[in-house]
Amino acid sequence: MVELTIDGIKTRVHEGTTVLEAAREMGIVIPTLCYHPALTPYGACRVCVVEVRSGTRSQLEASCTLPVEQGQVILTESERVIRARKLVVELLLASCPNSKTLQDMAANMGINKVRFKIKDRGCILCGLCVRYCKEQMKSGGIGFIGRGTSRTVSTAFELTPEECRNCGGCEWICPVCERACTADNLVDGLCGGCQNLAPVETCPVCTGCSESVGPQGHSVYR
Amino acid sequence: MIGSMQRLKTPAELEQLRASIRSRRDPEKSRISLCGGTGCKAYRYEEVAQALKEEIERQGLGDEVELKVTGCHGFCERGPLLVIHPQGVFYQRVAPRDAAEIISETVQRGTLIDRLLYTDPVSGEKARLEGEVPFYRGQQRLVFGNNGLIDPTSIEDYLAIGGYSALSRVLFTMRPEEVIEEVRKAGLRGRGGGGFPTARKWESCRNAPSSDGVRYVICNADEGDPGAYMDRSLLEGNPHSVIEGMVIGAFAIGAHHGYVYVRHEYPLAVANLAIALGHARECGILGDDILGSGFGFDIKISRGGGAFICGESTALMASLEGKIGEPRPKHVHTVVSGLNGKPSNLNNVETWANVPLIIERGADWYSRIGTQESKGTKIFSLVGKIHNTGLVEVPMGITLREIIYDIGGGIPDGKRFKAVQTGGPSGGCLPESLIDLPVDFDRLTEAGSMMGSGGMIVMDEGTCMVDIARYFVKFLTEESCGKCVPCREGLDRMLDILTDITEGEGREGDVELLEELGSGLKEVSLCALGSTAANPVLSTIRYFRDEYDAHIREKRCPAGVCKALITFTIDEEKCNGCMVCARECPEGAISGEKRGLHVIDQQKCVKCGLCRDVCKFDAVIVS
Repeated sequence: MVELTIDGIKTRVHEGTTVLEAAREMGIVIPTLCYHPALTPYGACRVCVVEVRSGTRSQLEASCTLPVEQGQVILTESERVIRARKLVVELLLASCPNSKTLQDMAANMGINKVRFKIKDRGCILCGLCVRYCKEQMKSGGIGFIGRGTSRTVSTAFELTPEECRNCGGCEWICPVCERACTADNLVDGLCGGCQNLAPVETCPVCTGCSESVGPQGHSVYR
Repeated sequence: MIGSMQRLKTPAELEQLRASIRSRRDPEKSRISLCGGTGCKAYRYEEVAQALKEEIERQGLGDEVELKVTGCHGFCERGPLLVIHPQGVFYQRVAPRDAAEIISETVQRGTLIDRLLYTDPVSGEKARLEGEVPFYRGQQRLVFGNNGLIDPTSIEDYLAIGGYSALSRVLFTMRPEEVIEEVRKAGLRGRGGGGFPTARKWESCRNAPSSDGVRYVICNADEGDPGAYMDRSLLEGNPHSVIEGMVIGAFAIGAHHGYVYVRHEYPLAVANLAIALGHARECGILGDDILGSGFGFDIKISRGGGAFICGESTALMASLEGKIGEPRPKHVHTVVSGLNGKPSNLNNVETWANVPLIIERGADWYSRIGTQESKGTKIFSLVGKIHNTGLVEVPMGITLREIIYDIGGGIPDGKRFKAVQTGGPSGGCLPESLIDLPVDFDRLTEAGSMMGSGGMIVMDEGTCMVDIARYFVKFLTEESCGKCVPCREGLDRMLDILTDITEGEGREGDVELLEELGSGLKEVSLCALGSTAANPVLSTIRYFRDEYDAHIREKRCPAGVCKALITFTIDEEKCNGCMVCARECPEGAISGEKRGLHVIDQQKCVKCGLCRDVCKFDAVIVS
């Protein structure tokens, strides 16, 4: 067992647990996009960053890939963390404004303007579909091609892969396809349509109470 | 000769072979070392070599004069280069038609050919010998110097200069821990960019548990920085030094498998390395039971597809495994779980080449070179607006001024020095006020730049710092693997903002937004590419904020580079109507009579700057 401190609360978890898992077990809300409990952590979206303190030094790390360590001190909602997360979500909104998941997240975080050029790529390249296909369906029909901004999810040679069993899992798990934002008027890249109805999606014990959460998230867990 | 060479079974046999090679060589014999590096290849050294060869035969000097095509000598600006030993006469810009005179005058009679000597642009003095050339005089070429002495395709040449004696000493007189201790005492730090203490890396890899005992030793030759080519030149010119370093490292770590990950764009490096590996295997320096020591190790070449990101350790290892070359979080270090999940030790080409030197000359000697925290020498690739373009090897702690002015010969065309960019695309731009900064790992980082793998791009007053920042960000945007959001999207948006500024569309607050993006990138990116990618932007904002402001507020590019913000006009006083600009203008935008004033039609002008370049009277004004 490893003992660590998250947001001032001491906890003991099994070795090999990630900081994200440890925090969720305690009911602490850390937003995620590319994480799924049934898939290998990937660390691509950087929305789940937390601050790791050691002595006078501190740094930001993605909690989904960060293994717990004895004596670790973690802050999940320090000013620095909030600032970094907001920047990441703002960047994501600029490249994929039509995702309800993202719009909800932005609303929860109190983002009220996207300051970057909107270039709708229709995909946030979180890799959930790729990992789902490979790890859960044991298929590997889709993968990433290209680099940088020309990176896309595709099939080999853009042909229908033999491995594909049309399970539809890729679509089901996609935070963009499945939960598309249907608002037709985005102002500064933001949808104001259902801002105040957005549940904190990552709330581990959320019963879908549809309680008004606003920028501060669920009051119950604060 | 190779081919008939016996596999060496003891260290004594190695020494016998070395002695027999040396006894066959006459140090007083005339030897022409012609640079055969990629730079001189571009200057067609092959034609010079052919002409020299024919001339040696024609004059019947086949037994008295030896022509040796070597690796890169470093002074690429003045290629093709040759040095005539034993005197050390240095000739530059040699053409095939000079061959006859070189052989009959210099080699035979010892008279110098004036036009082939190097003239120092600063003092106007001619240098006769290689050591007199200011470019070489200020250097300390411990690792790179042998390039000019040996034929990279000959293991005999390497043995003749004492090669593989460090390996023999390590295998037969030292324990692995002692080797690591020696490297630690020497203070060697990784030359690839990180500057991590090499001994600590080796030790961690040695001590990391491996269920079947498999460990890997890897050489990172995926050099990708624009304008940097020291690793390529080392691999091309002296591959055995890298191999020797790797075998010593493998012995210290307890590894039996090695890889050199080299980019496919380096064909000569790959070819010379392959030849060297073949020779080393034949001689029993690679393979099972090296020199009869019982220790076995072999090296394979893996050619990379040219992705910049594959120089990052975890991406490199993923690529070696045949997967997509993208980095993973490094909470578990590659020395514990790297290639195929086994402990893997990755060092850069130059780091490996330093290892035999440390063993040969001792840690005490080595640690006296350099500064408190950075020991030894570093090879820099000195490029940009500088007289003496080339590869320079200098002791750590030397100042930027010494490199740029004493070795580099300063800025050409009487222009002023403006900035130097160190550390490759993710390094920073340092201004004139920091020119006396000592160059070592820590000082450069403090100043907002970094050592990187040793790129050094010099810029003069005609360089726009916003445009430079845009150039590097564009490079990194294209080379980002695209896995993590801040690097992929953040760099792309940074590029948007910088492009807007250079096109006159900059808005108030853009600089602050760039700073916010930059520090965000630094904090949350997955790997070192993303976390250092903002350096060119942040450092130019830090040191050249006024240029950003001029672009944004006054819609003016002070350096006269950004096309949207400049206009070309012709000075009435200076123009004498020679018509050269009108003839050269690709758009036909310049009109005027002979001996009359010329005028540029601003509607047609595409601001290519050709008129300014061809005007002999400086009559074209950029404003």
